[in-house]
Amino acid sequence: MADVPMAHGLILAGVLFVLGLAGVLARRNIVFMLLSIEVMLNAAGLAFVAAGSRWGQPDGQVMFVFILSMAAAEVAVGLALALRLYHRFKTLDGDAVCEMRG
Amino acid sequence: MNVTFYLSAAVAVLATVLAITRPNAVHALLYLIVSLLAVALVLYTLGAPFVAALEVIIYAGAIMVLFVFVIMMLNLGAQAAEQERKWMRLGTWLGPALLALVLVGELIAVLASAGGQAIAPRPIEPKQVGLALFGPYLLGVELASMLLLAGLIGASHLGRHGRLRERKGGA
Repeated sequence: MADVPMAHGLILAGVLFVLGLAGVLARRNIVFMLLSIEVMLNAAGLAFVAAGSRWGQPDGQVMFVFILSMAAAEVAVGLALALRLYHRFKTLDGDAVCEMRG
Repeated sequence: MNVTFYLSAAVAVLATVLAITRPNAVHALLYLIVSLLAVALVLYTLGAPFVAALEVIIYAGAIMVLFVFVIMMLNLGAQAAEQERKWMRLGTWLGPALLALVLVGELIAVLASAGGQAIAPRPIEPKQVGLALFGPYLLGVELASMLLLAGLIGASHLGRHGRLRERKGGA
């Protein structure tokens, strides 16, 4: 396939990861924060696949499958929590749950 | 194939930038789907066709549909986008964006100085991935299935618990 250097694949993964990180840090809406976390997880998987195909081994893709299932479980629970937050506080502001009195 | 890689990488970065900056949730989701499809193309050019298919089916398909459902259930209107615009003042995102920019600059410098070993020209077939997945990584597969079950139970519990408590509180 493509004979791009592995470093370019890793740089793309790093740029995408940092974009997701900036999204988590800058947004206050909890749905957008979950969206940015998805970007970060996807970038981590891309780094695994790039490194795995550099050595011609399937292990990187196996790790991607694990990250994928983790992201699916995380987003299911996270979105359920976001719905609960919205029903209770009528807002998606992450700061609305700053007081945890149980 | 080289051109495909760099072009889809540029599309992925651009679409992700748009996805994290749009005030409208649905627009952000659509840009994120474009970004995920571009990453799938990148994965394909890196010689991972199985993972590229999974990226389209599960990320751009299932997970994004979940997001769309939640945004539809929340029924965010025009005032939500207005609220987002208010939250995204220059002062709010300038600090995190600059610090993240410094970090990614360092990362690129380190990776670029590491030298360029080209990626193996031979794609890794789904068969190899399946053999690895159900051979040495069998325990990981079992753990992933338990994690998915826990996520399922957790999501269903969080979804139902609220309604029960609200009904009890109202009665």
